[in-house]
Amino acid sequence: MTLETKQKKPDGYLMLFLALLILSVNLLLISGKMPAYYKGILGFAGINIILAVSLNLINGITGQFSLGHAGFMAVGAYVSALISIYLKWPLILALLLGAVVAALLGIIIGLPTLRLKGDYLAIATLGMGEIIRVVLLNLEITKGARGLTAIPRSTSIYLVELVAFITVIFTVNLMRSTHGRALLSIREDEIASEAMGINTTFYKVFAFATGAFFAGLAGGLFAHLMGYIAPKNFEFMRSIEILVMVVLGGLGSITGSIVATIILTILPEALRSFSQYRMVLYSGLLIIMMLFRPQGLMGTKELQVREVFRLFGFGGGKNV
Amino acid sequence: MSETNLLEAKCVTMNFGGLTAVANLSFELKKGELVGLIGPNGAGKTTVFNMLTGVYSPSFGTIHLEDELISKLPPYRITQKGIARTFQNIRLFNQLSVTDNVRIAFHTRKLYPIYNSIFLTPNFFKQERAIADDTKALLSLLHLEERAEDKACNLSYGQMRRLEIARALATGPKVLLLDEPAAGMNPQETEELTALIALIREKFDLTILLIEHDMTLVMKLCERIMVLDYGIQIASGTPLEIRQNKRVIEAYLGEEV
Repeated sequence: MTLETKQKKPDGYLMLFLALLILSVNLLLISGKMPAYYKGILGFAGINIILAVSLNLINGITGQFSLGHAGFMAVGAYVSALISIYLKWPLILALLLGAVVAALLGIIIGLPTLRLKGDYLAIATLGMGEIIRVVLLNLEITKGARGLTAIPRSTSIYLVELVAFITVIFTVNLMRSTHGRALLSIREDEIASEAMGINTTFYKVFAFATGAFFAGLAGGLFAHLMGYIAPKNFEFMRSIEILVMVVLGGLGSITGSIVATIILTILPEALRSFSQYRMVLYSGLLIIMMLFRPQGLMGTKELQVREVFRLFGFGGGKNV
Repeated sequence: MSETNLLEAKCVTMNFGGLTAVANLSFELKKGELVGLIGPNGAGKTTVFNMLTGVYSPSFGTIHLEDELISKLPPYRITQKGIARTFQNIRLFNQLSVTDNVRIAFHTRKLYPIYNSIFLTPNFFKQERAIADDTKALLSLLHLEERAEDKACNLSYGQMRRLEIARALATGPKVLLLDEPAAGMNPQETEELTALIALIREKFDLTILLIEHDMTLVMKLCERIMVLDYGIQIASGTPLEIRQNKRVIEAYLGEEV
């Protein structure tokens, strides 16, 4: 136990480390020496980070168990892709509009369903995700199961990185404020939260809509990165994949989500030759995690370089 | 309605299906009063609190705070209007630190727009600094500063009860409702709590309504006592009157007090 209060200041070393990492990856990118295959993985990792962090806002931080994230992603992807194909608007506008539509859908669906708790909410959001997918499968304009082709592949890795960065900064800053604490208090005890003067309905819908907004952005980026989308990209298992990233990283830990996302994006690629066992690997990992570390990689804590040093026996963590 | 009445409940009734938990209850709290609400288990005391704080909306009757009708408002609006409470079965934010528990309760008084927190505007830092300072002051007043960074679930029982009070005070109440604040405390802790309640009442200019089974605390603190039995108010008066009231002795106190 320390006498001095532990302030949650941004860890300087961590920031430096991350900055160097991002810088070196980008230098490699700019130099053009990075193979397209790695570029692709990098893009997916960035998109997955946006998805995982935004789902963490709903599931981990606000404690509302949602299983419909792929649905919001699909809405963002289709809306922005349709705008790009038919209206030929600039990419940024298409992305933003897709995200806004996803957020509006989040509000419309959130208002009635967020009265539900736990399992019931999970089932309701699962149903929502499936409805979105089936609608996309049957609409004329979305070309059904064939999907949308010839979407301009205008997303660059830099844009994905930038949006991922904005998502993380948004969430981190929100968490440090009274609004972030309001979200946490809903997770901890909704009745007490309301008794503290917090409009829990507003904050639950806010978290849901914001999560949907960023998921929509991720969907738009995905569509313009692949150049081709179909309803099968946004099946129920996609929601589960994102959920696994969040749970593996630790519900409520933003850095945990990022680390878990990077691991779970790169690992299946590294194990390309056994890719049909990917879901086995996922389930296996989850079972092992739940047995030995049910709180996830990071629990609710954030990554601190000091702690990483301590983990490897370099000391320097006396005050923990 | 006289202007000295801060809180006024008129003919309040709460039905749960066929069960009437509180029947036709009327009372008022004058500004600065400290009133006790006692009665046997299941008499409807906590139901009264739940109606006052908006957790339940009364089946019949009205509740006014400073001449404003509040019995139709949601709980968070009532808290914003100035009624704060503690919970009988402690409801802290268990996985969060003691400091965060109190900081959350400053939410309504030190509110800034969401974009301020995203873009880290000067107002954000100003408000957060004010919240941090006020939180520190409250924690030291309630002797919790040494545990400021511990998780709320790791506190001792007495500390949890004090943290509940700190949290309620942080919302800036005019009326404070304490639901069995001394439950599970030993006699020494109860004595400290008695002094503490007197202190915060003085310091924050509070009107307090208190549910408690510890009669030493009730008799010592309260200027007026209301007695509930089966949802019906059977007596109201000074501690001395209550102690000698025949119906109260029959229903609750017993012969020995």
